[in-house]
Amino acid sequence: MAGGRGNRFDQIVSMAVPKNLHKALEPFLIIVGSLSVSMVLFGGFVAVAGANPIEVYQTMYRAAFGTSFSWQNTLIRAAPLMLTALCTALPGYLGLIIIGGEGAVVIGGLGAALAALTMPTAPPMVVLATMALVGMVAGGIWLAIGGALRHYRAVNETISSLLLNYIAIAVLNHLVTSTFRDPESLNHPSTHHIGETNMIGLIPGTSLHWGLAFGVVACVLAWFLMHRTVFGFASQIAGGNVRAAQIAGLPVGRLILIVCFVAGAAGGLAGMVEVAAIHGRANDTLNANYGYAGILVAFVARNNPLAIMPVAVLLGGIRASSGLLQRAHELPDATVLVMQGIIFLVILFSETLFGRFSKLQKQGVA
Amino acid sequence: MAPSHKLTRRQVLKGTAAVGALGLLGGLDWLGQAWAAQDKVKMGFIFVGPRDDYGYNQAHFEGKSAVAKLDWVKAFDEEKVPETIEVQKTMESMVQLDGAQVLFPTSFGYFDPHILKVAPQYPNILFLHCGGLYQEGKHPKNVGSYFGYIDESQYVAGIVAGGMTKSGKLGFVAAKPIPQVLRNINSYTLGARSIRPNCTTNVIFTGDWSLPVREAEATNSLVDQGIDVITCHVDSPKVVMTMCEKRGIFCTGYHCNQVKLAPRGYLTGAEWNWAKVYMDYADMIRKGQKVPNLVRGGLKEGLVRVSDYNQVVTESVRKQADAAKAKFMDGSMVVYKGPIKDNTGRAVIPADKKYVQTDYWLESMDWLVEGVIGSTKS
Amino acid sequence: MEVGWWGVLIAVLGGAIRIGTPFLFVSLGECLTEKSGRINLGLEGTLVMGAMTGYAVSLHSGSPWLGVLCAGLVGAVLGSLHSWICSYQRVNDIAVGIAMMLFGTGLAFFLGKPYIQPSAPRLPSIDLGGWSNVPQLQSALQINALFLIGIVVAIALRWILQNTSWGLKVRVVGESADAARALGLPVDRIRILSTAQGGFLAGIGGSYLSLYYPFNWSEGLSSGQGLMAVALVIFARWQPVACLWVSLLWGGAAALGPALQSVGITYGYYIFNAIPYIMTLAVMIITCSTRRNLVGAPHELTVTR
Repeated sequence: MAGGRGNRFDQIVSMAVPKNLHKALEPFLIIVGSLSVSMVLFGGFVAVAGANPIEVYQTMYRAAFGTSFSWQNTLIRAAPLMLTALCTALPGYLGLIIIGGEGAVVIGGLGAALAALTMPTAPPMVVLATMALVGMVAGGIWLAIGGALRHYRAVNETISSLLLNYIAIAVLNHLVTSTFRDPESLNHPSTHHIGETNMIGLIPGTSLHWGLAFGVVACVLAWFLMHRTVFGFASQIAGGNVRAAQIAGLPVGRLILIVCFVAGAAGGLAGMVEVAAIHGRANDTLNANYGYAGILVAFVARNNPLAIMPVAVLLGGIRASSGLLQRAHELPDATVLVMQGIIFLVILFSETLFGRFSKLQKQGVA
Repeated sequence: MAPSHKLTRRQVLKGTAAVGALGLLGGLDWLGQAWAAQDKVKMGFIFVGPRDDYGYNQAHFEGKSAVAKLDWVKAFDEEKVPETIEVQKTMESMVQLDGAQVLFPTSFGYFDPHILKVAPQYPNILFLHCGGLYQEGKHPKNVGSYFGYIDESQYVAGIVAGGMTKSGKLGFVAAKPIPQVLRNINSYTLGARSIRPNCTTNVIFTGDWSLPVREAEATNSLVDQGIDVITCHVDSPKVVMTMCEKRGIFCTGYHCNQVKLAPRGYLTGAEWNWAKVYMDYADMIRKGQKVPNLVRGGLKEGLVRVSDYNQVVTESVRKQADAAKAKFMDGSMVVYKGPIKDNTGRAVIPADKKYVQTDYWLESMDWLVEGVIGSTKS
Repeated sequence: MEVGWWGVLIAVLGGAIRIGTPFLFVSLGECLTEKSGRINLGLEGTLVMGAMTGYAVSLHSGSPWLGVLCAGLVGAVLGSLHSWICSYQRVNDIAVGIAMMLFGTGLAFFLGKPYIQPSAPRLPSIDLGGWSNVPQLQSALQINALFLIGIVVAIALRWILQNTSWGLKVRVVGESADAARALGLPVDRIRILSTAQGGFLAGIGGSYLSLYYPFNWSEGLSSGQGLMAVALVIFARWQPVACLWVSLLWGGAAALGPALQSVGITYGYYIFNAIPYIMTLAVMIITCSTRRNLVGAPHELTVTR
């Protein structure tokens, strides 16, 4: 029963854009729109703080994407985010909101470092493979605990995964400073070095390590898992309506555990990469907030693993620019935090717009 | 002999005037580091925490501000850079985008692996790290270390503390049981026991460099145990100092001068004097001198200092503290002179042995001296 | 005076009050919010913004109590923002909470830069321990008026929720939004109001941290207290007075680690310092169950569905 001048615009839009196309276009337009709104809001914020928004954006672009060095800076920061975003994105399919990526990274990294120390004479490939495996299993178990608590004891998974983060960090600090401490690592308690030959190398021609490849592969595989397999389909059903899924005979508990395990494995792999590509040891720097940044990436990407990749790059770029913002514009480091917060809020707010386009469509065809 | 650091071709080729006339103090590189009048020494500073934390990072920032005032220096800084790959990128960014010629990554954890990874890629840039880790032959030639023996200041502060305590119990709020921290605790206690032989130091480790609530709790627990002078080794002593003032006990400071935070109770403190270090480096670079790979010093070299005494500090305590300072100044003081036992009764330094400040053995300290109540094990 | 092991007990007692007060305020705020069916995880950001605002206002105006008030007002604004965004269809309130946490924290750090160094006027203490001649006990009982105010608020909140029409409206909205709408209640407005009030309390809790204990504004001030308060509310079964006891328990647990070290128990201090988190998790595991619905949980709360 549409009609009247108010709906003219809607009619035009709905007639101009064929239905299938705009269904695919909708998320893209909304995200782009949200990001634009965020940029405007952030520009306003920066202006109030006394800097020139245009210059700030130019600096951010230069620092994030302006030169080959900037690109590498951005990509190296995006790499762990691709993996830790999966910690939040995959359980999201099941309707769970898990923020335990930090814990998975920490436990996975610690596990991987310790695993490497048990095989001092093995060839590097074997060591790395073992590290990856142990890291993934450790991280996977850690996150699965949250899932299990949710399914079997109805404990809210957001809070439990958060508490497990803190506990994981305490466990890491305790073990690294006492039981597994390398006596040589005096002023920075760490585990023993895994050996230079066992470190992950750089992608030839760049200063990026292979961890970036791990991230990309993981995201692609995750997408495949959730969108092209029966398992993924079942998970989505369970996420949409638990009751209906149970009636349909789906093993909801098992789905939850497996998805959480896979998600945690991704985080654990990120931890392993931190150890094997950068530090060579496990210590308190594993607690680097990659997990928390991953939450933001997952939400902006709306849990879609393919979208996680570009969003991680975007976020990596934003974070990469913080240094130059400090030096060129005297803006404090927290500026980037504010921008992330604004983007996050606007994106979440835009959730309400999804589906509105198809509503417009229906109204138009009166 | 420290190797020389040749400047970039650009600067060499520019070669105008200026510096030749100024003091040709030894070792001027023959390539003629004549700075063009408009050429400035570009120094980049990297801090791990906020630059105004009334503590570790602020001490470095104050040093940077001092050197930035020189009109032939362009100094820039970045704060809150974590000890992950981010600092590598920050260093590279400062070199590539800001043209830094010398970098000062000031946090301990920046050295291995970050500086060691980036420095070889930029052999013409100097990477000067705060912390005494440089080893000749093992580390790249364009890397250097500087550190101050602030435990000398803590020794003097310990004398004042030991002299002013009524209960004979001192307290130490520490972040982590690593050698640098343990050395401070031990020097403090040795200093206190030199004026009051039976006093003790209770140590509480908070677990990390900046945990305000835990530091406050630790201070309160120590005061509850009857301790009446407290010092600390955390990134920002602000909480500990204000808590001591509130509980009405004495305190001695660390990193910077915190007398404003505790006007009644601040007896004295151990401070860094990074301004001198940075000015010296800037000067050396300007003159084209070989920059030594290792710069270390204590009270005598002026890298550290002791805060002014509070007016309540008694005359006899002042005398003893000043006497110790004088001995540091003329080089005759040895803090770690045997016999020294640790707090489990084990003899760690036999009677005939002594370790001077530059002795590498001290850098791997893992024990607490007799009189300290606490353990290095977590 | 030698107190030895009694010192641990005294420290725990003192810590229960000292560290528990911000927990008290934040949990009361969250309790009210959740009673109306909205969960606000952004209280961590509100807490930090409250801390910064309180400190800044106290510094500029010279009155710490004005700082507390302004901190509360800022908290109310953030709470309203959160609830407004959530009142739109399909917006996930847990996710918005996390976003507000990021935003609030970032904003506080950004604006708070100039306030890290200077010393602001501090909130006064009230000496409750005058009757004792043990100085440690005196100090442990030296509390701030906010603690007493918190107790009053807890009791008042319980009374308001049970006995006033406003409280009834809030509860109805929290139990069933449909029923509330059928009754003609403005669901969104009530939720926004109660979240704003919750934010007000949380902001005050934050100002306590910066203006009293540990009396410092810096970027490491909060260690997850805002988020733990959410768990605390579940533990307290959404009962305001229970929130009081649980806050004291949490405060005491947080004081245990340093207190033990001061008497020489040094092993495992990382683990000791994690006791509040372990305790929260253990309690949640024990008290939650799939079989019976969480007793006392407002039905509309997404966290329990």
